[in-house]
Amino acid sequence: MLQIHIMGQAYDVPEGLTILKALEWAGFRLTRGVGCRGGFCGACGTVYRLLGDYRLRYALACQTVVEPEMVLGQIPFFPAQRPSYRLESLQADEATLADTFPEILRCFGCNTCTKACPQEIDVLAYMAHAVRGDLPALADASFDCIMCGLCVARCPAELVPPNVALLGRRLYGRYVAPRAEHLRRRVEELEAGSFRQQLTELKSLSRENLKAQYEAREIEA
Amino acid sequence: MTYPEPLRESLARVEASRARRATQVHPRLSADERQALLKAFHPDYITHAFRELQVGPNKGDRTPRELAQVLEAPPILGSSALEGLSPDREVDVLIIGGGGAGASAALLAQESGASVLVATKLRFGDANTMMAQGGIQAADKANDSPALHYLDVVGGGGFANDPDLVEALVSDAPLVIAWLERLGAMFDKEPDGTLRTIHGGGTSRKRMHAARDYSGAEIMRTLRDEVRSRAGDTPGIAVWEFRPAVELLLDERGQVAGALLKDLDTQRLMMVRAKSVVVATGGSGRLHYQAFPTTNHYGATGDGLVLCYRVGAKLSFIDTMQYHPTGAAFPEQILGQLVTEKVRGLGAQVCNVDGEQFVYPLETRDVEAAAFIRECAEKKRGISTPTGQPSVWLDSPLIELLKGPGTVARELPAMMRQYRRFGIDMSQEPILVYPTLHYQNGGVAIQADGGTAIPGLYVAGEAAGGIHGRNRLMGNSLLDICVFGRRAGRAAGAWSHTARLGSPTLTHLTEWTKLRREAGLADWAASPMILPDYTRHETADEAQNPS
Repeated sequence: MLQIHIMGQAYDVPEGLTILKALEWAGFRLTRGVGCRGGFCGACGTVYRLLGDYRLRYALACQTVVEPEMVLGQIPFFPAQRPSYRLESLQADEATLADTFPEILRCFGCNTCTKACPQEIDVLAYMAHAVRGDLPALADASFDCIMCGLCVARCPAELVPPNVALLGRRLYGRYVAPRAEHLRRRVEELEAGSFRQQLTELKSLSRENLKAQYEAREIEA
Repeated sequence: MTYPEPLRESLARVEASRARRATQVHPRLSADERQALLKAFHPDYITHAFRELQVGPNKGDRTPRELAQVLEAPPILGSSALEGLSPDREVDVLIIGGGGAGASAALLAQESGASVLVATKLRFGDANTMMAQGGIQAADKANDSPALHYLDVVGGGGFANDPDLVEALVSDAPLVIAWLERLGAMFDKEPDGTLRTIHGGGTSRKRMHAARDYSGAEIMRTLRDEVRSRAGDTPGIAVWEFRPAVELLLDERGQVAGALLKDLDTQRLMMVRAKSVVVATGGSGRLHYQAFPTTNHYGATGDGLVLCYRVGAKLSFIDTMQYHPTGAAFPEQILGQLVTEKVRGLGAQVCNVDGEQFVYPLETRDVEAAAFIRECAEKKRGISTPTGQPSVWLDSPLIELLKGPGTVARELPAMMRQYRRFGIDMSQEPILVYPTLHYQNGGVAIQADGGTAIPGLYVAGEAAGGIHGRNRLMGNSLLDICVFGRRAGRAAGAWSHTARLGSPTLTHLTEWTKLRREAGLADWAASPMILPDYTRHETADEAQNPS
């Protein structure tokens, strides 16, 4: 067993548990601060210290093993700003992000966001791409963001990097990324009803005939 | 942490055989071999884990005991719960569930001119959609066709799928990819725009589209942002978080009239009146069938099935669950969490304790999982972890050998990150896996527009049944939530324009209670479950099996 501190109270929990399971072991039945339990949804962003150490540390509760004398605090909700916009009314030029989120120009490069990121993303670097309006670089560098909001809670300039990055990626995906010619063609074929006949025939096949067709199909190498 | 001593000898055999295996293709099983393997080793065939339902539209059908328990449970509320309650909100379309299907439905319902409310149990986007890593299928390459996709789907599903639903799935697939791209989703592409696609288990063509290994997250955050963008529209889309539905409301004509929600922060009961309701509540992995750990998110407790069943909607394929072959088996902290099928799609092979292949890596999921279980249980060629968990090796470093150094980091950043957190570099060391509870193959029986036998009630996503038959292929769930979410949203919107809003009742609960009494069912814990209880209990048999 080891001792941790949850919202100021000490609890003994078994070694080897994740922070999330340790909270539950201690008796907390969670509704907020818990989501997918697999490291993808960002619901369980956690701030902690080790007793006696001034440094703040950051983790996802579902992906981090408890250590002795962790002093834990979760951030179940944070009032993050999201301006209203419609993607189809925006243009993907260098100024779009700064026009939509004018506050990003207040970034003074303290790098607290990067230190707070449990995904180990270089948040400051992608915010620099955002300020410059470099959408391809922003989209690539921010892609693994799970929007846990720990950087938002810590940013002294009151910025919301995950929302800036999300709009940047959507602008990139819709307007900048090269289009797939084969997809355009297939959509046209479908809209012209090209495959309807084939599917109607398949639907009417007996189970045996369907099985035979399935077993006979060639597998692309 | 690296692998403890007892595992290293076996690990060394995997490394020693790698170069030789790199050029070997393990033979696929024949149709007869697949059937025999499933019957002998797949959890769906463990008879005592199932029981027959005794009340409701599926009376006499067999289903896992854990699902039967919640389907036949007493309701949380009595039929008089409406007394003194006034509507908190009136909308055209109420969508229950804030995952990919719910978000898709919200967008299409709103586009049809309906006012929409999305009510969800946890946060908007806390859903299995967010956790789906591997990809989304669509037959959009020149060598592929919706017909080939159709064959793969029904072959994977045991030829039991509803043909109309499969036709809808494969015909809409390329349209869905184009729709997601218009909404700004970023799929993996070649510099000329060609979508990068690979195989999944049971596919005859490389039609698995991915967004690194954050495919579901990319789709979910894109759809969620678009829904939020329409909050201020007239009519708009409102989102209520932490307010799960606990009962559907019917009017005096037996038509859907809304739902009762429970606010998880204040415990207050809230009434929403709506002309149509889309149930998009997802799956039920958190019921931990047969005590399996699960890949599913915290709220996946099958609530939508319970609500729909109680108002008389029939369920289909509720006797089959999907066990994903590659759940993490080591380290203990991530037991049961998903190791995406994309790892095998990129070329990783599966090896036993001797470092030898024993199954083709991309059989359909049911067959692949059964082969892992046989290798450990019958052939005794599995690897036992320090906690006694059986497992087999997934040789991820082979990907680097086949496709070049750096491929794992580029294609599987989420997986790399997850294992790195526990001191394992999966581009250099193989990982240990074992089947984990992943997906509810069946659900509420729907038509191609998501409609059910109850007027005004639509179902989409994992809560729906029939699309995948007895086994879903990789990449057809992210597809299904978009295809049927869109269809259900469109149909629910259209219905709301002509439907007259009736007065809400809970008379079906009176009937339900009577049926239970007649069947002699005792009063066990009420349902829907809403959330599993993973707090520590004093007695072992009270405890569930968290992951």
